[in-house]
Amino acid sequence: MHKDYTGAKMGMWLFLFSELLLFGGLFILYAVSLNRHGAAFAAAGQELDWMLGTLNTLVLLTSSLTAALAVSAIQQGKAQMALRCLWATIGFALGFLVVKYVEWGTKIHHGLYPGGAELAGREAGQMSFFNLYYVTTGLHGLHVIIGGLVLGWVIIKVRQGKVHGGDFVLLENSVLYWHLVDLIWIFIFPLYYLVL
Amino acid sequence: MSEQNHFVIGYGTFVRVWCALLALTVLTVGASRIDLGAFNVWLALFIASAKSSLVLLFFMHLKYEKPLFAWMFLSALSILAIFLGFTFFDVLYR
Repeated sequence: MHKDYTGAKMGMWLFLFSELLLFGGLFILYAVSLNRHGAAFAAAGQELDWMLGTLNTLVLLTSSLTAALAVSAIQQGKAQMALRCLWATIGFALGFLVVKYVEWGTKIHHGLYPGGAELAGREAGQMSFFNLYYVTTGLHGLHVIIGGLVLGWVIIKVRQGKVHGGDFVLLENSVLYWHLVDLIWIFIFPLYYLVL
Repeated sequence: MSEQNHFVIGYGTFVRVWCALLALTVLTVGASRIDLGAFNVWLALFIASAKSSLVLLFFMHLKYEKPLFAWMFLSALSILAIFLGFTFFDVLYR
C-alpha cells in the first residue's frame, strides 16, 4: 500500500494551524479585556499561583522533550525506547493535570468561578479575568487530555508492530499535536501567571 | 511507505534544546519579578517567542523539513498576525 508521508504530515500541520487560530481568538480576548479593564483585570491575575504555573511549565517542557525523543527512537527502529518515551510523556501529562486540578480546586473552593459567590461580588474586570482564565486553561487542559489519549493509542499501535522504523508518521503526527499543546502553554504561562 | 528519507535528530540536540527552554523559563520568571511597567508584557512575549521558535525548529522538526513546511507555517503566522493586529487596532482606535 502506498502511503504519502509528506502529505500526511502536511495535513497534520494544516490542522495545527486551525488550532493556532482557535487559541488566537482567546488571546485577542485577553488583550481586549486587559485594555478595557486594566487594573481590575491585572489584580485578578495576581491571584494566580505563579509557582504552580512555573511547575506546570517545567512539566510540559519536559514532556515535549520525551515526545521528541520518541520520534528519533522510532526512526532508528528502537521501538522499546520509543515506548518508554511515550509512557514518560503520558506520565508528565497526568502530572500537569494533577497540578491543574489542585489549582482549579483551590480557586473553586474560594468561590472564584463563574457564578461563584466570591466572584459574583467582584468588579467586572476581575470577573472577565477569571472567565477567560477558565475558558483558556480549560480548553488547553482538554487538549492535554486528548493529546494524552492519542499518545496512548499510538503506544498500542507501536506494541502491535503497526508503527515501526519503516512507517512512523502516525507517531510523528501525534507528537506534533503534543508539541502544539506545549507551544500554546508557552504563551498562556507568562500572560496569565507572570505579567499581570 | 515510500519516501521516508528523513534526517534523524540526535538525542543530544533535543536535550540541549530542553536545557535552553528551561533557562528561558527561569529568565521569564525572573524578569517578571522586576517592575518594568508595560515593558514587562513585551519582554515576556519576546521570551515566549524565542521558546516557541526552539520548539518549532527542533522538537517539531521545522529546521529539518522541506522549506515548504516553513513557508506554510509563516503563512499561517501572518494570517494570525493580521487577525490579532487588526482586531486590536479596531478596539484601540475605534
